[in-house]
Amino acid sequence: MAAAFKVSLSLLPSSKSPCVSFPRPSFKPVSAPKSFSSMASLSVAPTVGISETFSRLREQGKVAFIPFLTAGDPDLSTTSKALKVLDSCGSDLIELGIPYSDPLADGPVIQAAATRALAKGTNFDAVISMLREVAPQLSCPIALFTYYNPILKRGVEKFMSTIKNVGVHGLVVPDVPLEETEILRSEAVKHNIELVLLTTPTTPTERMKAIVEASEGFVYLVSSVGVTGARSSVSSRVQSLLQELKEATTIPVAVGFGISKPEHVKQVAGWGADGVIVGSAMVKLLGEAKSPEEGLKELEAFTKSLKAALP
Amino acid sequence: MAANGSALRNPSRPFASSLPKPCSSSIGVRIPLKPQKSRSITSAMPPPAPVSCTLTREPAAVVAAENGGRTVAQRPDCFGRFGRFGGKYVPETLMYALTELESAFRTLSDDADFQKELDGILRDYVGRESPLYFAERLTDHYIRSNGEGPQIYLKREDLNHTGAHKINNAVAQALLAKRLGKKRIIAETGAGQHGVATATVCARFGLECVVYMGAQDMERQALNVFRMRLLGAQVRAVHSGTATLKDATSEAIRDWVTNVESTHYILGSVAGPHPYPMMVREFHAVIGRETRKQAMEKWGGKPNVLVACVGGGSNAMGLFHEFVDDADVRLIGVEAAGYGLDSGKHAATLTKGEVGVLHGAMSYLLQDDDGQIIEPHSISAGLDYPGVGPEHSYLKDIGRAEYYSVTDQEALEAFKRLSQLEGIIPALETSHALAYLEKLCPTLPNGTKVVVNCSGRGDKDVQTAAKYLEI
Repeated sequence: MAAAFKVSLSLLPSSKSPCVSFPRPSFKPVSAPKSFSSMASLSVAPTVGISETFSRLREQGKVAFIPFLTAGDPDLSTTSKALKVLDSCGSDLIELGIPYSDPLADGPVIQAAATRALAKGTNFDAVISMLREVAPQLSCPIALFTYYNPILKRGVEKFMSTIKNVGVHGLVVPDVPLEETEILRSEAVKHNIELVLLTTPTTPTERMKAIVEASEGFVYLVSSVGVTGARSSVSSRVQSLLQELKEATTIPVAVGFGISKPEHVKQVAGWGADGVIVGSAMVKLLGEAKSPEEGLKELEAFTKSLKAALP
Repeated sequence: MAANGSALRNPSRPFASSLPKPCSSSIGVRIPLKPQKSRSITSAMPPPAPVSCTLTREPAAVVAAENGGRTVAQRPDCFGRFGRFGGKYVPETLMYALTELESAFRTLSDDADFQKELDGILRDYVGRESPLYFAERLTDHYIRSNGEGPQIYLKREDLNHTGAHKINNAVAQALLAKRLGKKRIIAETGAGQHGVATATVCARFGLECVVYMGAQDMERQALNVFRMRLLGAQVRAVHSGTATLKDATSEAIRDWVTNVESTHYILGSVAGPHPYPMMVREFHAVIGRETRKQAMEKWGGKPNVLVACVGGGSNAMGLFHEFVDDADVRLIGVEAAGYGLDSGKHAATLTKGEVGVLHGAMSYLLQDDDGQIIEPHSISAGLDYPGVGPEHSYLKDIGRAEYYSVTDQEALEAFKRLSQLEGIIPALETSHALAYLEKLCPTLPNGTKVVVNCSGRGDKDVQTAAKYLEI
């Protein structure tokens, strides 16, 4: 059933709907099969997974644009609208951060967003409810970005089945390095969730090879030594790291941490990345906007500018 | 003290001589195999394990045959696990640094020059060994109407340079950082004792020092903030979260993630990712080794009961470690119950917490139903931490150590009691261990030898205590 469904999906137009101005509901060529699938209670989510998305883009000679948002900042209703805006503006995958009290790998912008989201009462169940409603309306897959403790608290198995049920395709857990991923990966595979692993400039080559071998969907190349957050330029180390990765693997490589401008996006794509991840700059727009509406407008304009810089 | 001579200075083996062997893989880790998607999952993967699974490793209980006694397994295993606890839950950026640190630590533990330098500094700079002091009037205080009661000894870590046990670890890690060629040191601090110890050793070795401290703790421990600055350290206020030790620790880890190539992080407790819980334990294990030697000299035997306060748990681990395999020695850790265990305002992680992951290790921690970390409370800034060292969680689960808690109020009373009975003003952290004597002593047989780790002095706490105590 799933296979048949994928075939039918591949017949769909591969170009996405044009970016429409908020708040007019966007036209989605894939919305019909989606609503059908949810009515039919398919266990497999309707949109294509992360691997398939990258394969399709690779065939088209395109680079994936991957925005990141913190769920619940400024509130979940804005997050839900923002997901639709990002999708309709041509995002190829959206990373959605679950707010956490102690986000070790995040810089000040995402920390502050998480703190605000939690202060507003955002919790895992609320994020899941929001996704249950919104995910079927999106044409691009969603990967959750969450620290490990909230997963453990819920139970790894239950966590995976919950996120799968609402249509999540991938998972990034920044505080679980390769050695600790065994349990996560066995449950992720069972539930058809692609567990994306990270490699960094400090990762030795042998270890990097083991990471790309184990990573699902794509491998997340952390561009700089540090936490998340905008930087003025992208380290030229990324170029050689990309080269090294390309020699080691055929799995797609997406670059994140510190990517915040069209120039960065263009540069990283030029170096051969299969995807670019933009987080803090997006989160900042929504978090610092005078109103959610303003924030969504700015998000749309920003997304268009980044997308335009990509092949 | 000097009369005790060199035999006591190095009372038994050098640190780390009995450490578990590192893993054999060249990168220090065993890389799990990639799951085979096309095959049946159950055949390609180990059975789905609960969170408590220790993966495929050595059996947890390796019994040492040589002394015929019950021996707790080698701790930690090569993954840094104490049973299901510990591990390395950190951003990938830090993994190489942790591997490098572990390998440096293991090399230095066999390095005679390093040992000699460390021993010399511990003796001449820190002032070790610290006395094992018979607290005569405190002992009298617990004599029962029939004239019986336990005998109470204090391991005087408060007499160390900088006034607490923390310097044992700080000085050793600073030496280690020098060997690693790292010239910038960062640390987190709660009460300020670890920050002061780190600032002190950085001054001593000419290293740049940045200390992260919760803004609220900076207020509570203003004297220590001044001391750190006087010693040349930069103290950075952390305003995120609730501005206490947990947030300072997160911020220190973020600094380390960012500056890992130039910086060594002197973590101040037996917490954090492997190898810290093992390494910090080994650097404090001198406390227990001296205690064994001193007990043998003073009464020709072992202590019967060891008591220490537990926040992250470094002073307790330092005292306990030497005796973990002595099944006849009771190990008692005392946590902070704050306003009371039922108030929701406490830091009694082992008593009330649930297993989770915080700051790089799996351990008991205070968390809500969503897995968000709950803000702890204790009058003592050094115990005000929502996690605990993973080895304590392990010792609790296997029943080797007992953990209890005392309230702010009980700690304050003990603070006053020791001051007035012995002329020793203990730290508020230490006061928690002392407060538990009120419950413990009436239950102990006559002549029981109790050693309390007097982990720090209380000068830093007099302002806090003055707000509560009527004297």
